[in-house]
Amino acid sequence: MADKTFWQSFGALAGLAAGAVGGLLAFMLVLAYFADLTFMEDASSAAVDYEQRSISIVIEQEPPQMDSTRATDAVSGMLLGHLMEGLLRYDGQGNLQPGVAETWEVNSDGAVFHLRDSARWSDGAPVTAHDFVFSWRKSLEPETASAYAFIMYPIKNAEAINLGQMPSEMLGVVAEDDLTLRVEFERPLAFFDRLVAFTTYYPVREDFYESREGRYGADAEDLLFNGAFVMTNWIHGAEIELMKNERYWNRDSIWLNRINIPFITADSNTHLNLFKDGKVAMVQLASDTLENAIENRWSIRRFAEGTVFYLSLNHRPDRLTANLNLRKALYYASDPAELVYRVIKLPGYLPGASLFPSWLKGEHDFLRREYPVPPHPVNVELAREHLELARRELGLDAFPPLVLLVGDTPTSLKQAEYFQNTFKRHLGLEVRIDAQIFKQRLEKATLGQFDMVAAGWAPDFDDPLTYGDLFASWNQNNRGKFRSDELDAQVRIAQGSTHAPERMRAFGEIQRILLDQVAIIPNYERGRVFVADPRLEGLIRRSIGPDPDYSRARIREN
Amino acid sequence: MSEAASPMDFQPATRGEAKAGVVRPSLSYWQDAWRRLKLNPRAILSLYLVIALLLFTILGPILWDRDPASQDLDQVSTPPGADRAAFIVEPYSAWMNPEEVAGSGLRLAAEATTQSVRLVWDALPDAIAYEVFRDLYPPTDAALGLPLGEVPPQDGLRFEDRLALEPISYFYSLVPVDSDNRLLAQSRQTIEVSLKRVITREEAIAKGLVAAGSEVKPGNKVRLKLHPLGTDYLGRDMLARLMHGARVSLFIGIVAPFLYVLLGVAYGSLAGFVGGATDQVLMRFADFVVALPFLLFMILFKVLFGIGPGESGIIPMLIALVILGWPATARLVRGQIMQIREEGYVSAARLMGSPTGYLIARHMIPNTLGVILVTLTFAIPSAIFTEAFLSFIGMGVAPPTPSWGSMSNEGIKTMLNSPHELIFPAVFISITVLAFNLLGDGLRDALDARMRSTE
Amino acid sequence: MWNYTFKRIVQGLITVWFIASATFFVMHSVPGDPLLDARATSEEIRKNLEAFYGLDKPLIEQYGIYLINILKGDLGISFTQQNREVNDIIREHFPVSATLGILAVLFAALGGILWGALTALFRNRMPDIVIMFLVVLGVSVPSFVFAALGQLSLVTINDWLGRSLLPVAGWGSVQHLLIPSLVLGLGTMAFLTRLMRSSMLEVTNADYVRTAKAKGLSATQIFIRHQLRNAILPVITVLGPAIATITTGGFVVELVFAIPGLGRYFVQSVQQLDYTVIMGTTVFYGGFLVFMVIAVDLVYGLIDPRVRVR
Repeated sequence: MADKTFWQSFGALAGLAAGAVGGLLAFMLVLAYFADLTFMEDASSAAVDYEQRSISIVIEQEPPQMDSTRATDAVSGMLLGHLMEGLLRYDGQGNLQPGVAETWEVNSDGAVFHLRDSARWSDGAPVTAHDFVFSWRKSLEPETASAYAFIMYPIKNAEAINLGQMPSEMLGVVAEDDLTLRVEFERPLAFFDRLVAFTTYYPVREDFYESREGRYGADAEDLLFNGAFVMTNWIHGAEIELMKNERYWNRDSIWLNRINIPFITADSNTHLNLFKDGKVAMVQLASDTLENAIENRWSIRRFAEGTVFYLSLNHRPDRLTANLNLRKALYYASDPAELVYRVIKLPGYLPGASLFPSWLKGEHDFLRREYPVPPHPVNVELAREHLELARRELGLDAFPPLVLLVGDTPTSLKQAEYFQNTFKRHLGLEVRIDAQIFKQRLEKATLGQFDMVAAGWAPDFDDPLTYGDLFASWNQNNRGKFRSDELDAQVRIAQGSTHAPERMRAFGEIQRILLDQVAIIPNYERGRVFVADPRLEGLIRRSIGPDPDYSRARIREN
Repeated sequence: MSEAASPMDFQPATRGEAKAGVVRPSLSYWQDAWRRLKLNPRAILSLYLVIALLLFTILGPILWDRDPASQDLDQVSTPPGADRAAFIVEPYSAWMNPEEVAGSGLRLAAEATTQSVRLVWDALPDAIAYEVFRDLYPPTDAALGLPLGEVPPQDGLRFEDRLALEPISYFYSLVPVDSDNRLLAQSRQTIEVSLKRVITREEAIAKGLVAAGSEVKPGNKVRLKLHPLGTDYLGRDMLARLMHGARVSLFIGIVAPFLYVLLGVAYGSLAGFVGGATDQVLMRFADFVVALPFLLFMILFKVLFGIGPGESGIIPMLIALVILGWPATARLVRGQIMQIREEGYVSAARLMGSPTGYLIARHMIPNTLGVILVTLTFAIPSAIFTEAFLSFIGMGVAPPTPSWGSMSNEGIKTMLNSPHELIFPAVFISITVLAFNLLGDGLRDALDARMRSTE
Repeated sequence: MWNYTFKRIVQGLITVWFIASATFFVMHSVPGDPLLDARATSEEIRKNLEAFYGLDKPLIEQYGIYLINILKGDLGISFTQQNREVNDIIREHFPVSATLGILAVLFAALGGILWGALTALFRNRMPDIVIMFLVVLGVSVPSFVFAALGQLSLVTINDWLGRSLLPVAGWGSVQHLLIPSLVLGLGTMAFLTRLMRSSMLEVTNADYVRTAKAKGLSATQIFIRHQLRNAILPVITVLGPAIATITTGGFVVELVFAIPGLGRYFVQSVQQLDYTVIMGTTVFYGGFLVFMVIAVDLVYGLIDPRVRVR
């Protein structure tokens, strides 16, 4: 090709390219206009902004349910905790503080809450006792199908209403006047004050709820708030904006004007990148991103979040794991310390020892100090002896493979592979991993199609009973169908007694029975490692209640 | 230009001369194609690559006999070529009754090993508790490294670290916590601790590092297992996993396209050969299947077939790929058959009374084989990519079965700290895809003059 | 022409019906129970939920209701977000995926054509070799690796500059579009570059180019009017399928860059067995693709007279 021709062609191409790039840019702007995108990045999207009193954060997923009567998950609970306020609330130390209720009296068969007359909804109307009566009835109505209705069962007639045997007007809750709420219990109860801080107990105003025609909670304008913040913008999957609620009765204790959530993603690498880029005020670290945080010289913080994880064994009679010696073999072969220190590799996690996490309060001290768990070092010899006993009792030549049912997240798969290898290494047992998506795993667990299932239990309220009744024979969440009359009796004591020492003794007994019978194999108590912007102060992390809680946070002036 | 050819220019040839004209042996279609393929160095290179990959997959696990599921928690996420020296120690026992340790300030209570680091210190004024930090670099007031745990005074002035200890140097800092729950970073005490890599005698025997009966005593030196390409997040041998992963990835990548191309050929030639209304109905159905959104249905099929306990999920993925993959080939083959059916030599053969079977076997299939082969070669990279994609969104083969896709998905998470976990599987995917793409190009050029690209 | 268009549209509708039916029956044979929750619920609650979503009726009746609802344009209410309609979900999230997809296709097409022409021009010289090497990389590296590397390099550049040049993740401004759509279009761009290059080389020696040269047209004119224009045609034919791959292939980019597109929603809804969202998304995507292909075909028929519309 002649040089001149070549350069002419090249010139033409360059010209075309320039035109194409220009056209592309112009087109992009047109496209952006129609897609409702701004042309400049939001200037106030910095991680923390002292002038604006604004912070930006990232959340792991879109909140699936912002209707407090039906919310079940942690993200919705976290947001609702910023937007709503119940009768009482937890402070940063986990102590109960007055919320909408100014004073309250709780005794063993009922409670009376006196509401403050300064409490307002975000539209200016007062928060009244009727709003609580409405939302509590709503949660229990079978039509609402609230998964958390059970948390109201201590209230008189609640269970019958939830089962459709009674109209919801029969619920043992009365608004004596606008500011007095009287609650009647189904049976004597020791901890009702600790229940009413929970999401399902938040108020909902009837006229507003009805006016949304089934869309209550679907969008920012379909919600009414009585908490520290109001939701001003919710672009699904993309962005949520919370602004200070100027009508909140305790507005003077709120420093932040704005909590911006411009990112919704679960990818831990993206979280790290966003923090590094100065876009978000706090991110959780995974073991994969930990080293990076150290390299960046960030101030890393740790917090024992305290959800308990364990392998739940199948006690149905047709299962091998119904054999106590086999369960003991599995128990002695498992090494929670190795799992935490070698596989999970995150500080804040604690090797599991019991169903009751170490942070639960007992009578005077932590429950686990009052009723300590005997140390359980891994003992392969003992495990093998029990396995041999089990083999003879079951009349087997060799053990068939055991099925370990797990979720399909990378974390649960990693742990499942670890368990598989451990039982193989120590006991020569073949373990088959059954990894299923969330709903399929639940179905298989409910139908009992497993020998072991990896399970976790997050606390709902601040009383050991949030764990204590989990393995009662009537509990639906007892998916391994563990059954012990002795344990059932202790659970009844823990539920019915109002005498603290007696209750704690019952929890101690429950713990002992679960360990003796190897109902579960404890794995770990979850921890959280996170980095926060050094200027952010007053961030609250907690095991029970909305976490993380930014509502009382402030920004330090450089 | 003015010279016109006259009859004088042409002489009738004698028989002998004509014979001499054919000097080369006649070449069949395939011989010709092979000759042309050999002239294309990139195609030949990619052919060698494909052969090498197959050898790696088939012979590899025989030569490098390592269980890809066996975990070595002493060597987690180690890069290739890491130091493997370790010392024998007694098995771990809990730190029950600490004896007095000489010295003052933050100090070690026992030799620091990868089994545990035991720290003791003296009480500090104003401290209601202590927070222990571990850092990879000399700590500053702002950055102290990893917060390992808080020690309340009733637990004694000691701390044991067992968290993912590596045989390197750490900086341990002790920071008092005041009654307002604040960290007093200024009054911290820091020591640098070098860790010795250790292994217990039992573990050393179990892993085959020393012979079962041999006299190894604490303090003896052994070398940990060799992992030529390093290990993954559970200390599994990368090389073994790559080889077994190749079995999965290449199996899915080759068998699935092979099956659906086969199905497509059968379906397409039926439609093309029979023609008429049958053809219309068959091709409409193919159009429907083509219209199903591919990735969405791959995911749906994945949950539909489900993976039972202990199953790898390879077969469900294979079935899903076949169900969704065949129509493209079917269309192509039908087109070819329709065309060939009208060719003169087929009509001639038919006139001469050849049975249908003979027509198909002698004319149709050989003449479409080139196109089919090319389609197949190009289908392989896309099947491998599909497997990798499904693994990335967590819908791939079930663990502990390794596949290149799931390995790179895991590797992405640890990309920054141990890049080898991503690089190796990703490179293998790329090489395979590249090899099959180049081979496809070469085959296309060699087999089909019409499809030949101008080079 | 009108006849043909009408016929294609009817065929398209039947295809959508097929997709809808396939999705429905596949979905309902998936094992697992969408109504289960982490906290076990009572029988009564379950019955109420079943009635709410119409799961208590026989399957065939459900199928009928489902088809009628699709005709009405009602895709039902989500299982996980019990106060949100699937129509709303699609209305909010599809434009995001579409914006990203359109831009990615444009990137891919323009990039592919320009790079392809450039390599053909520089045939076997340094620029050609370098670009073709990059193209080979582009074709053979999985998209999620590109996405992760793209984000990583963005962070590194921002860190190095000391200010945020382009956002690392998220959605909401034009800047958020750039890198994700580039990453999304990269594979297709590489593929189109290869195609454009070979088609350019074929055209270079074509008769009409020689004729044009003989007529004395300037090199610029020949290049633009004859070579480029004719070489682009085969590229355009593969654009239809490319759009399909790119729009459904947006998952990875949406996941990594935290973009609220429909693809990400789909993956989540499968995890939750959210029947209505899964079916709604699949039918919508299927219908969208079917009619995109029809539209491309029709437009192509108008542009290129060589394509005879029967």
